[in-house]
Amino acid sequence: MTVSNQTLETGAEKYYQTQLQAGAFTIQRCGDCDKSIFYPRMICPHCGSDDLQWYTPSGKGTVYSVTVVRNKPEKGGDHNVALIDLEEGPRMMSRVQDIAPGEVHIGQSVVACIQRTGDEALLVFVPAGDKA
Amino acid sequence: MIDPKLRGATAIVGVGHAGLGLAEGYTEMEILVQAATRAVRDAGLTMQDIDGIATASVSSTMWVMPVIEHLGIRPTFIDNTMVGGSSFVAHLMPAIQALVSGQCNAVLVCYGSTQRSSTVNRAAIGKMRRMMDPQPYETPYEPLSPLSSYALAAARHMHQYGTTREQLAEVAVAAREWARLNPEATMRDPLTVEQVLSSRMVSDPLTVRDCCLVSDGAGAYVLVRADRAKTLRQKPVYVLGNSTAVWNRQISSMDDLTVTAAQQSGKIAYEMAGVKPADIDVAEVYDAFTINTILFMEDLGFCKKGEGGDFVSKGGIAPGGHFPVNTNGGGLSCVHPGMYGMFILIEAVRQLRGQGEARQVANAQLALVHGNGGTLSSQSTAILGTEATL
Repeated sequence: MTVSNQTLETGAEKYYQTQLQAGAFTIQRCGDCDKSIFYPRMICPHCGSDDLQWYTPSGKGTVYSVTVVRNKPEKGGDHNVALIDLEEGPRMMSRVQDIAPGEVHIGQSVVACIQRTGDEALLVFVPAGDKA
Repeated sequence: MIDPKLRGATAIVGVGHAGLGLAEGYTEMEILVQAATRAVRDAGLTMQDIDGIATASVSSTMWVMPVIEHLGIRPTFIDNTMVGGSSFVAHLMPAIQALVSGQCNAVLVCYGSTQRSSTVNRAAIGKMRRMMDPQPYETPYEPLSPLSSYALAAARHMHQYGTTREQLAEVAVAAREWARLNPEATMRDPLTVEQVLSSRMVSDPLTVRDCCLVSDGAGAYVLVRADRAKTLRQKPVYVLGNSTAVWNRQISSMDDLTVTAAQQSGKIAYEMAGVKPADIDVAEVYDAFTINTILFMEDLGFCKKGEGGDFVSKGGIAPGGHFPVNTNGGGLSCVHPGMYGMFILIEAVRQLRGQGEARQVANAQLALVHGNGGTLSSQSTAILGTEATL
């Protein structure tokens, strides 16, 4: 099921966050050039069309690049920051969890999940399968 | 295509700096004004001759207004364009057009920062920026800004082209070797590849020695039409080409982390100047992080894509190497007050005037200056030359 960005009563950012809060990871696809895009926008950055349709992507992705931000243990310890290429094409910044920060590697297969901290919902990834 | 009449139509006739390193007890406006005064005097002009101005500030969005007020000038050309660290290179083209059109006769480009000695701590500024310049699809993942973005580019370059941490370290060591020849540089102790590799890791694969300094400092230059430049105090340094490119703001919106918009800005600047990479005698590029220099050597055509690591290896860009890069010691070892783009222009001018002293590149006639801003976001290339290159 797709939802047209033009029929929303809010901007794309608000819609994305609301969907995420409700437990759904949704992205946009251009009705004219058919490219999927991320982050949520009001026009397609590839062709300028405002015919953007929201849909649920597969959630499958591949690590395009990764860095480990080094932090002292009292400041929460190390964490990774990764760029993930979604199966549908677009790239996003995220974090790969359920794995030691330094073990995440370029080319690794990952799957999206929604992490909740208090009222916040955040899209993160975990390694695909038992052993990625 | 850029009007060929703009090539060499203007020249930098004055440069100045102030408060390099630590400027305790001074505001950023005060050191900016000191640098501006020195640049104007260096040109043999007075502040009242200045009728055009360009400046930018990290924190103040209307910065050009208090600067005009403090200098006591009444400019007819005003540019407050802020594209990060490359701003002062990007300020060239609008200034050239204003000068050639007769809108004004002498443009002062100036910058100052006391980010090291300031009592407003950088964490507080970072917090403010996250509110005023939100990046809701990056900030929640807590990248170090801007460092982790460059780390991601470095990691990808290593993966894609086999670039090594040793090659990144070579960039820092070359910068230090140049800094050791520059009495104005902040970091002048010897540095080895092993020391870079064993220093504190900040955001893999970048260690603290892969990162630029945090300094105070101010700089300024004065640009006039070429005919007038010939009548002034200093040997004119002509602006042969300039172009600025922005493809994205955020690292996550960059198509290919190993290819920057410097490919676009460089191509247009070379075309305008009518020169090619092999003609360039010395390059001053914005080395906020060691990966920058490698990316810019590739994107500006000094070597092929993916070969930047080899290009900088074995002291390739150090004193005595095959190509002199960042002869003042760069942002890595000389000075880096928040937005370093001003200082690469000043160093290029000195080299082309023959004022490089111990670090002077022999017979330097053509210099390439390349500014970077944001997280590999804005790219501005300038090509400068002596009278012999006109």
